[in-house]
Amino acid sequence: MTQAPLFQQITDFANRADPYPLYEELRKNPVLHEEEGGPYVFSSYYDIEALLHDPRISSDAANLAAAGTDTLAQAEETGGLPPSFLRLDPPEHDRLRRIANSAFGPPHRPRRVENMRGDMAAIVTELIDGFGDARQIDLVDRFAYPFPVTVICRLLGVPREDEPRFRAWVDPLVASLDPETRQGADAEFTKAAQEARMQLGMYLSGLVEERAREPRDDLLSDLVNSRGPDGAMTMMEVLSTAVLLLIAGHETTVNLITNGMLTLLRHPAILQRLRQDPGLSVNIVEELLRYEPPVQIVPQRTCITDIEVRGVTIPKGSRLWLVLAAGNRDPERFKDPERFDPDRGDIQHLGFGSGIHSCFGAPLARLETQIALSELARRLENPRLVEDPPPYRQNAVLRGPRHLEIAFDALR
Amino acid sequence: MSADHLDWLRREGRILIVGASLAGLRAAETLRAEGFTGELTLIGDEPYEPYDRPPLSKSVLLGMASPHHTELPHRWEVDAKWRLGIPASGLDLAAKRVRLADGDEVPYDRLLIATGVRARPWPKEDEARLSGVCVLRTRDDAADLYQRLKAGPRRVFVIGAGFAGSEIASACREMGLAVTVAERAGAPLVGALGGVVGAVAADLQTESGVDLRTHVTVTALEGDSVGRVRAVHLSDESVVEADVVVVSLGSQRNTDWLAGSGLGAGPNGIACDAGCRAFDFRGIVTDDVFVAGDVARSPHALFGYQFLSLEHWGNAVAQAETAAHNMICHGADRRPHLWMPAFWSSMFGVNIKSVGVPPMGDQLMITQGSPAERRFVGVYGYQGRVIAAVSFDSARWLEFYARQIERGAPFPVEFPTMDRRPEGRQPVAADFPDPSLPTHGPTVTLTGYSPADQQLVFHPALH
Repeated sequence: MTQAPLFQQITDFANRADPYPLYEELRKNPVLHEEEGGPYVFSSYYDIEALLHDPRISSDAANLAAAGTDTLAQAEETGGLPPSFLRLDPPEHDRLRRIANSAFGPPHRPRRVENMRGDMAAIVTELIDGFGDARQIDLVDRFAYPFPVTVICRLLGVPREDEPRFRAWVDPLVASLDPETRQGADAEFTKAAQEARMQLGMYLSGLVEERAREPRDDLLSDLVNSRGPDGAMTMMEVLSTAVLLLIAGHETTVNLITNGMLTLLRHPAILQRLRQDPGLSVNIVEELLRYEPPVQIVPQRTCITDIEVRGVTIPKGSRLWLVLAAGNRDPERFKDPERFDPDRGDIQHLGFGSGIHSCFGAPLARLETQIALSELARRLENPRLVEDPPPYRQNAVLRGPRHLEIAFDALR
Repeated sequence: MSADHLDWLRREGRILIVGASLAGLRAAETLRAEGFTGELTLIGDEPYEPYDRPPLSKSVLLGMASPHHTELPHRWEVDAKWRLGIPASGLDLAAKRVRLADGDEVPYDRLLIATGVRARPWPKEDEARLSGVCVLRTRDDAADLYQRLKAGPRRVFVIGAGFAGSEIASACREMGLAVTVAERAGAPLVGALGGVVGAVAADLQTESGVDLRTHVTVTALEGDSVGRVRAVHLSDESVVEADVVVVSLGSQRNTDWLAGSGLGAGPNGIACDAGCRAFDFRGIVTDDVFVAGDVARSPHALFGYQFLSLEHWGNAVAQAETAAHNMICHGADRRPHLWMPAFWSSMFGVNIKSVGVPPMGDQLMITQGSPAERRFVGVYGYQGRVIAAVSFDSARWLEFYARQIERGAPFPVEFPTMDRRPEGRQPVAADFPDPSLPTHGPTVTLTGYSPADQQLVFHPALH
């Protein structure tokens, strides 16, 4: 019997619940290239870190030798919107990210995220109260999904009641990020993703036009009215940035919260400590980002010249896969890496990536997850897993449970 | 040294640290963390617990942080005897004792010298005493300067456009104060980054409204009848009225107290080996005297074993940890201090960072971005190798260049990089000033002793 290539086993859904043994295999061959035309797969912490800071590494799909076969790139190119800054290189990337940042973080908006703390706590309380008399819930549907969606809607200025509409567009877009579905993508699938992106863009363009006329205190208003030293974004740039923030702003956090609760339920002593000390949530979230990061793989990099890693020459235009989740458990970097240990003093994880593309929304995701987990720990009496492992989403890149059934005795 | 003696030292020996700032504190913490249970004493000339200096020329001047609240967080509990507010005044190597200014003497089994640097004062003492003439090195300096800036002077005059002087000018502009900067060289930051990058810094300053005067020196500070400074006279015969003058002429290493001690100490610092053990003036390594931080001068394998003195925050921490480790361990377990020099600054809204040793470089290539846009990475080359890099608002790339320096990667940089502009395809002269000319204090001191410092009478091969 021939074994499937390792990189295909990673995307194989059968291994979704526990890919970590595969990552351990990967690290035995830290520069893995199993198939002609297939990706170069990197799994060592230090290699990934170095590649994320390497100015010869591009995020722009146009630099791939076989760009025509990248359905995601096609979706982005022909979906009616220009690529978001996530898929751009300097200097365009820098300009767009700077403008976006001036609407989101310091120095222009130093407390935008922190100021949402009260809102976030209120949303969490409302969602938990909403469990009502139920003693068993699906944490994803009832909590981990609606919470970050509500937050990102409020931040951007998207009416919450429109959420079901854009959820129908977001799902095919997120699915298109999955290398597995991309490899097997047929024309119909590609078309659906492009269609979804365009629909979402059109929906947002209506809101953006409103904000251009009548600015409010939200991110869309700031994006469309930004007049800093970098000038303004074009309407199309505003839309593709908004689509990016909307998708990245919740799909990742849903998984981080769900992975977090799953991990805590598997480590009841730590859950108990969190219940007594909500401040522990800061360390818990950092360790989670190392131990169970929602973004497991960065599959969107290529090199603009031949580069050498550990004596292997990677030809210009090759596709690179940076397996962040494997680097996060690299024993070369972390002591006892397979252990979930929020008391670890030294956590410089790759959970948010690194370098110029490091997660734009990290401060938001951190705060959301800290509040979510500490409140769940405080309010659920004797919580336990109903099914372990839970059913997972298809996606190997944005990995997390599709549902997480938990039972508890009472609400506090 | 025998294992017994080392065990005894770790258990009940006496370790003395002279210098209670960043390096001294981190060394003390490391000693305790690594199991030293003997007697630990820290001597500091300032009356304060160790505090952080980088905010002093930035957020403190802007009133965003109090100069009295920049204490360094303690990473470990340090059970130590602190003797603050008393400088050390002498060292008896043979008797293993440090003399203090109050006449007391402190014996030691192991000594760590971490006395750092101080601001170089204005050389003419009567002018330096004028009210309104300041330096910026200590917490008290920062508190004093902040008060003076807050009072709304009509013009501030900064002598010297190194990193500290430029940061002060930047803070003044941010506060809306008129500021003149005088620099002996042709541009700000030339000692640290060379003339090509210095020209970018010059544009930054003038565009931010700084009255920048280059190729000039200050000839005199003029006071009024009640002893307040009122004007600055320049070598081009111009006179600038100012009521605050900040002397930012770099620093002097605090080695005076070691004069005559027999230690290899001079104006460039205290020479030590890569394991932080001090050399005596004959070039023989000592066994029980260690050095760390700004005052140390140690050979570095990546930079031709050049003896480097680095005034870098990260260097102070790393060197202190290495020194402390080596002080209480066997020879075979000792570690070399081979830190990648890294330095950052923030001025006029731009983040500037460097890795490696730019002043060692003779050529420069802009490999990413564009100086005209104030957003770029420049790579310094020396003898066909990458020796340093600097970034303006592009610090996230520097890790890559640090690895290039570690690998001794070839220079010029031939491979393509993202956002490489046509002007970055060829190396240019980095344009550092002649090292024999005095500068206001680079953050890296490269040279060894000047021959005039030689204390040893040379008698070859007399047996």
